[in-house]
Amino acid sequence: MKEARFDFVPVALLAAVALAALALIGTPSTWVTLTVAGLAMGLLIFIMASGLTLVFGLMDVMNFAHGLFIALGAYVAASVMKAMGGTLAGLGPAMLAAIAAAGLLGLAFERIIIKPVYGQHLKQILITTGGMIVAEQLIHVIWGPDLLPLQRPEALRGAFLLGDVALEKYRLASVAVGLAVFAALALTLNRTRLGLLIRAGVENSEMVEALGYRVRRLFVGVFVAGSALAGLGGAMWGMYQEAVTVAIGAQMMVLIFIVIIIGGLGSVTGCFVGAILVGLVANYTGYLAPKVALGSNILLMVIILLWRPQGLYPVGKS
Amino acid sequence: MIRTLLSGDLPRSRILSVLLIAIFVSLAAAPYLFPGTRSLDVAARVCVFILLVASYDLLLGYTGIVSFAHTMFFGIGGYGVGIAIARLEAGWGAIGAGVLAALALSAVLSFVIGLFSLRVRAIFFAMITLAVASFFAILASQLSDLTGGEDGLTFRVPELLRVRTNAYYLVFGVSTVLFLLLLRVVNSPFGRVLLAIRENEFRAEALGYRTVTYRTLASCLGALVATVAGALYALWLRYTGPNTTLDFSIMIDILLMVVIGGMGTMYGAVIGATLFVIAQNYLQDVMKLISDGAKGWPLLPDLFHPDRWLLWLGVLFVLSIYYFPRGIVGQLRSLLPGQLRRGR
Repeated sequence: MKEARFDFVPVALLAAVALAALALIGTPSTWVTLTVAGLAMGLLIFIMASGLTLVFGLMDVMNFAHGLFIALGAYVAASVMKAMGGTLAGLGPAMLAAIAAAGLLGLAFERIIIKPVYGQHLKQILITTGGMIVAEQLIHVIWGPDLLPLQRPEALRGAFLLGDVALEKYRLASVAVGLAVFAALALTLNRTRLGLLIRAGVENSEMVEALGYRVRRLFVGVFVAGSALAGLGGAMWGMYQEAVTVAIGAQMMVLIFIVIIIGGLGSVTGCFVGAILVGLVANYTGYLAPKVALGSNILLMVIILLWRPQGLYPVGKS
Repeated sequence: MIRTLLSGDLPRSRILSVLLIAIFVSLAAAPYLFPGTRSLDVAARVCVFILLVASYDLLLGYTGIVSFAHTMFFGIGGYGVGIAIARLEAGWGAIGAGVLAALALSAVLSFVIGLFSLRVRAIFFAMITLAVASFFAILASQLSDLTGGEDGLTFRVPELLRVRTNAYYLVFGVSTVLFLLLLRVVNSPFGRVLLAIRENEFRAEALGYRTVTYRTLASCLGALVATVAGALYALWLRYTGPNTTLDFSIMIDILLMVVIGGMGTMYGAVIGATLFVIAQNYLQDVMKLISDGAKGWPLLPDLFHPDRWLLWLGVLFVLSIYYFPRGIVGQLRSLLPGQLRRGR
């Protein structure tokens, strides 16, 4: 789809933002710390947002309850970590449990909530919002209304010192996981038959159906994978914040929407670039002008939309 | 006379008529029928929310666009009055200035948002409004010099409104007039075009109606009425703050009221808001009874814990969308077959 002539302008924009920030901040060590923090935040958002944008691109379904998978992932991870005593050995099971729980819930959600309302945008928005209300309350029933601590294992606390640059270990780990997820997604989408079908489905799902493939089934797979990724992202984000509340889902939803609007609805590349852009800008403005930082995301979105009304990487379908 | 007042849009169902009359009479005579602070407070809330939900229905039910920024306009109204009184004096001039400023801000904001995002698709509008509304809520809690931050603003009201009955009748009167005005709007040729856009945008455009203009106008109108509702609510509570106006949970409440009451009919707002506010205030008592009764069973006491009342309304909401998308009003109207077309 876009391999033929990859659009480098948005990537150049990322570099330009980073360089401009370097000039404004002045001290390179601060800049490196902020950039790593921005990348970590951006990649975590990307992990959560990628599934949502793919689902929208493929089936024209916008799931307003996506934040629910994020919250569930975080809660499950918190419970498992607590049961395992908060050690590094518990990290793997906690993440896997978060992924599995969010994936399973995704499957159920697709079957019960979304399946009956294909092609009806209004009802989709309403019903997924309703699903979110019910599920949030159920989380309250299961885990109680209080804030749940989610401790990082000892090994992931603290920071490395490289010269006078402090690099938080957990942020580096987040960057690594985020890049791994992006690489895996990019490879699956660009190098496998499954990815070919998904990309073709995003471009023109009717044609793929006409060729004899069941886009519906493909879609369920993508939906579950996207939910599972959201669960992973939620668990990692909760660990980043070291605490979990039900509001985590709704809070992240706003950021995620901004990211996928900036990236272009349905585009994974756009989602990746958009997420990093949002992460970097949030951290730079947080340092340079804390008052502006709160609105930086919205401002960024408005500027990008004025420049490219369909987002950074517009997807073929209108 | 009544037909003119209701703009020819009669309830068209005997049960619905009885319900509406009962609600109207109870609200009109609330200070005398239900003495007591709590019940008068419930009645005032019902009035404000009927207006707020009706203005939201203009968007959701009549024009077919989902906005998550309706609480933002509600909040602008509340803060307009609150800030004006806190800065000027507790007089009618300050209230007027505050409401006017709030209306102007709402009009500009809703116009810009509409222009920006209504060209594209319903989903895009929903996402943009969600982002803008959350930004606005953050803004209100951060600009604490102006808005009082998380604590909000407590203020004094003019002498006349310190008598609760007077304040109540201000709320009731303005709500009634504006509700009838909204009823007038949706039954005007303008309202018909909105319905046409909801049913088939492409065809409406082909017939020569500029759908973007109509949608933007509807969204501005809804925002203005919501602003007035916010101002009324602030005057009634003598307080305005993030939790009473801007919180996302209020947006959820509005959605629940519209859908359960019935989308695409102004009477749905009346039924939905009344039912919801009463449930909000009294369902918890009932649930406490059930929860106590179910002690010893696994999970049941938690499911019926008084704080979980939203769970059951949420379930009702989801079921409504599946099984009776026209809400309670739609169900009541279709009880009389042959007299009207059935719901879609």
